[in-house]
Amino acid sequence: MDFATLLQVLESTIRLATPLLLACLAGLFSERAGIFDIGLEGKMLAAAFMSAAVAAITGDVWMGLGAGILASLALSLIHGLASITFRGNQLISGVAINFLAAGMTVLIAQDWFSQGGRTPSLMGAGRFEPITLPGAEAFSVVPILGPIYAELISGHPILVYIAFAMVPLTWWVLFRTRFGLRLRAVGEAPEAVDTAGISVVGLRYVAVGICGVLCGIAGAYLATALQAGFVKDMTAGRGFIALAALIFAKWRPWHALYACLLFGLLQAVALRYQNIDLGAFTVPVQFMDALPYILTVVILAGFVGKAIPPRAGGEPYVKER
Amino acid sequence: MDKMPGWADAVLVPLISLILAAILSALVIIGIGEDPVEAFKLMVDGALMRSSGWGYTLYYATNFIFTGLAVSVAFHARLFNIGGEGQAMIGGLGVALACLYIPWPNWYVALIGATASAALFGAMWAIVPAYLQAKRGSHIVITTIMFNFIAAAVLNYILVNVLRPQGAMDPATARFPEPTHLPTFQEMFSTAETAMFRGAPANVTFFLAIFMCLVVWVLIWRTKLGYEIRAFGHSESAAKYAGISPVKITVVAMVISGALAGMMALNTTMGEAERLVMNATEGAGFIGIAVALMGRSHPLGVLLAALLFGFLYQGGAELALWTNIPRELIVVIQALVILFTGALDNMVRIPLEKLFLAARRSN
Repeated sequence: MDFATLLQVLESTIRLATPLLLACLAGLFSERAGIFDIGLEGKMLAAAFMSAAVAAITGDVWMGLGAGILASLALSLIHGLASITFRGNQLISGVAINFLAAGMTVLIAQDWFSQGGRTPSLMGAGRFEPITLPGAEAFSVVPILGPIYAELISGHPILVYIAFAMVPLTWWVLFRTRFGLRLRAVGEAPEAVDTAGISVVGLRYVAVGICGVLCGIAGAYLATALQAGFVKDMTAGRGFIALAALIFAKWRPWHALYACLLFGLLQAVALRYQNIDLGAFTVPVQFMDALPYILTVVILAGFVGKAIPPRAGGEPYVKER
Repeated sequence: MDKMPGWADAVLVPLISLILAAILSALVIIGIGEDPVEAFKLMVDGALMRSSGWGYTLYYATNFIFTGLAVSVAFHARLFNIGGEGQAMIGGLGVALACLYIPWPNWYVALIGATASAALFGAMWAIVPAYLQAKRGSHIVITTIMFNFIAAAVLNYILVNVLRPQGAMDPATARFPEPTHLPTFQEMFSTAETAMFRGAPANVTFFLAIFMCLVVWVLIWRTKLGYEIRAFGHSESAAKYAGISPVKITVVAMVISGALAGMMALNTTMGEAERLVMNATEGAGFIGIAVALMGRSHPLGVLLAALLFGFLYQGGAELALWTNIPRELIVVIQALVILFTGALDNMVRIPLEKLFLAARRSN
């Protein structure tokens, strides 16, 4: 493999890791606050559709992004209502949200555009275009570092940079602010937070809301930056890979970045090479597809360091009387 | 003292949830500019007014009975088996291997053999998540989700690279040999004069599904193991105190659940397609969740809920054929049923409980 090919694979890694990273951080906020969320997939899908639909109608991708975030937030609200207010089963609620998104997106797409459940292709201002960072042209003559800067770091849509900036931001919010401390506490010992006179319900709704916004950006990225429009089921399990990455990262922001880059790399390699010939035997593409899930099961099993979720995760909070 | 009489809990709560889901579905249909009454009439017409419609309804219901029972058994042990889809996929592999490589003399011996193979393969796929939950504390929901994706990859690999006949383009096995052909309803019920269930895929596995409802009922409510499963589901610590092994119950409940999910493949693979195709499960593993929730994890409830979903599936196909409403309407209805009967259960239950308490006080 030469240097140019390596750069291409890594560039593709960044593009494919971005939606995983945004969804993974979304899940991080929710689960750190004690709300399990297996509805990441559905929220991304709803956002992908809404952003593409509104961008196609208005011709403005920023309007699309806003609409995508709102769609994702609406599903977050349902999840919050079911799992916080009515103390229902968070996992079942997540399953319902995934199906709701899978069905509603196609239903509405068919009603609005009559194109068999897809949106029209987005063009021009309807998409997030790649941004060339300053000096990328000039630097590209420098050997090795030049192409890395010009091709790998420069030339992505704005949402990619937002996603990567979210990592330190998430770390800072969770581990360096009072809000972050409370948010983590509500996922570990909600009774203590309640005793301190802080609203458990309020904090959890905020966490679920942040999760909705980030999933919204992830979905909008899929439909308006990575691809040009919405097609049925376009998230293709990314929400679950993000969930896997979250466990792989043991609910920590920086590790989430590494896990998402790893899973993005696996996707990029699977996309480019199909079956990998290692001389003695071939690695089938299906194995590459399944690897994130296999790795997650291994991690969950605790054979390579134990993944312990937030202690109050999945438990509705009932005030003691 | 219970806040509500038993019948209200078993019938009234799911019924109100179902009505709420139906109202919202009607609003969705109005929202996309169609007439819900007209749509419902079309669904009834296509699914229930002809014997061929019934043939499809019962065919889909067969799938949902198996997967609904699978989710129910796990629910009784308070385990959420979301992996029915993967277990059914691997169960399909078991059916295909049994049908392709064993020379069966006739269909009923073949059915017994294929059932055992499907159950074995499905159970095998459930045993790893069960063991990891019981021994290593990894959450069964997450592991079964992961195993769904791994199952899809395994099946994809095997169909493309191993079982695909030479020269064939689509990823599927060869056709099963003639002796494994299961009698369809058309062959079973048609007389010389009138053809019944013409062209419909419903087949003898429907009766196997009904039989499994009975088996599960006996298992859960009439055996020691069933008692242990329910006790474990109600309170793990109490069960432990009573000498019930959590590891054993977790693994056994999941093995039964996986076996039932695997048996679903008999209907689609051996009964209908007569070869193993990539998408043999048709999402039935997930619909099992809705069916189990609506049926309150009771075999009779599961049977009724599966019939309802069978009707919705066949009716939805008719709608897609004759109107501008895509099949995904069924996915929305399914989501609403899961939401109201599962996650938002308390939204219906709490006001009802208050109502019953108030009524009792005024007496």
